[in-house]
Amino acid sequence: MRLYAIAVYLFLYVPIGIIVLFSFNSGRHASDFVGLSVKWYGKAWSNPFVIDALTTSLIIALSVAVLSSLMGTSAALALQRVRGPMRVLFDGLIYVSIMIPGIVIGIATLIALVTAFDILNPLLASLWPEGVKPAKLSLGYTSVIAAHTLFTMSLVIILVRARIAGMDRALIEASQDLYATPWRTFYQVTLPQIFPAVLAGFLLSFTFSFDDFIISFFVAGANTTLPVYVFSSIRRGITPEVNVIGSVVLFVSLTLLIIAQLLLRRRDRR
Amino acid sequence: MAAATAGGRKGPWLTVALLAPTSAWFLILLVMPLAVVVIFSFGARAPMGGYAAAFTFEQYANLPSRFAAFKNTMTFAPLGTLLCLLIAYPLAYYLAVKVSPRWKLLLLVLVIVPFWTSLLIRTYAWIFILGGRGIPALLELIGIEGVRLINTPGAVMLGIVYGYLPLMVFPIFVSLEKLDKGLLEVSSDLGGTPLRTFLQVTLPLSMPGMATGCMLVFILLMGEFLIPAFLGGGKIFFIGNALVDLFLQSRNWPFGSAVAVTLVVIMLITVSLYMRLTMGKSTGRDESLM
Repeated sequence: MRLYAIAVYLFLYVPIGIIVLFSFNSGRHASDFVGLSVKWYGKAWSNPFVIDALTTSLIIALSVAVLSSLMGTSAALALQRVRGPMRVLFDGLIYVSIMIPGIVIGIATLIALVTAFDILNPLLASLWPEGVKPAKLSLGYTSVIAAHTLFTMSLVIILVRARIAGMDRALIEASQDLYATPWRTFYQVTLPQIFPAVLAGFLLSFTFSFDDFIISFFVAGANTTLPVYVFSSIRRGITPEVNVIGSVVLFVSLTLLIIAQLLLRRRDRR
Repeated sequence: MAAATAGGRKGPWLTVALLAPTSAWFLILLVMPLAVVVIFSFGARAPMGGYAAAFTFEQYANLPSRFAAFKNTMTFAPLGTLLCLLIAYPLAYYLAVKVSPRWKLLLLVLVIVPFWTSLLIRTYAWIFILGGRGIPALLELIGIEGVRLINTPGAVMLGIVYGYLPLMVFPIFVSLEKLDKGLLEVSSDLGGTPLRTFLQVTLPLSMPGMATGCMLVFILLMGEFLIPAFLGGGKIFFIGNALVDLFLQSRNWPFGSAVAVTLVVIMLITVSLYMRLTMGKSTGRDESLM
């Protein structure tokens, strides 16, 4: 039993370890291990395409995390007070947005937005003053952020709602009985209790967005996120650079995820 | 719409205001795009690619031309799910029943975490390992030559298990952990052999967890694109690969939409049949996401 568990953990982590090991390869080719060096880290860092893609990914992931934790938390709080058909509708939408495959979200957003832009752009152009180059809507940061936020927002709602369900109601009632204003009850009683779930939601949203390939692949337009860059590099052939980017991405997400998991579980176990 | 609870001092306006951004998001980025896909699936292809307004069933009639993608997906998804279940169950059991509480949290986190890290990079790791200079090169050193691992059905299956195993372990773990340890003792006190206790007590009680895990893995596998693209070498084609091809390369949006609608319909039918067969109520869906 124990050996079996060890074998499964090895299966899960050895491939990750190999990528990290080979990212420190000093050789010229990805798969001949010559010796240890951080040479390829330097090369990746000075490659403007990599830095561009990294910047794009970070901007998108940060916006997604901020948006979805704000919207998800407000929705989770509000949904406590909603009953009946509206509640059923919202629960349905939350589950659909989580369950539907990313690839379907990707194509649906792509064709809906492109079609909408085709209608809106001439309209915008006609409204624009003569002689000024009209604003043009196109796929880019906004569309990726919006599409990622659909999933992560629902994720935050579910996490925060679970925390609200486990919250001590008596505290809120006590606060209200002591004539605290609703706002004060919120930030002195409710917020501290749901905060770990909100923070975990923030971190998970960031990681989801930072790691997502398939949605960005469809709706990023001319912008390249890091996973899209890695995908096209792999298509062109394996280089040590991909190992470096892979190791960095894995390191970032592993760190954030472990923090998120500990935040979510710490209170549950007490 | 809001039957105010918890004092009810705040008016319904606050509720509406708090829900407004989320509602807008659902409407503009979920309901509308999905409606567009359904509408497009009944349309015709414009000469330059894209969509031309029409009402025709032509796209759906054309579905058999992508039969291989559907067949592959419908074979690999259930088989992959089953394989994940078989491998995940003993681990979940070990974590829930055998491990001391001190290590449980850490070990559990270590299983879940890979699922949330980049599937792209994790699948890439296997290109690296199974590719010509990976395991086959090592085998050559000990005299076994001409082994081909990558771009085979086996490689795709390996990628599937590697990618989705964590998602299966967690819900099973949750259902096994809730299990009343007293029941196990009662069973053994009454002379049940360990095997019998397992088959008659543990296994039936962990059914909801298994059902949740299978459903999650199955749904994700139905929409998979990366694993067959990387490890199947274009020979093993899933519906996801067909969709990428239709939307990004050949720009046949109406036909692509018909394929996407069919995929979602197959998913909905399988999942609802499955839920009806395995359980009356939805158990542990919230928890299983993390």
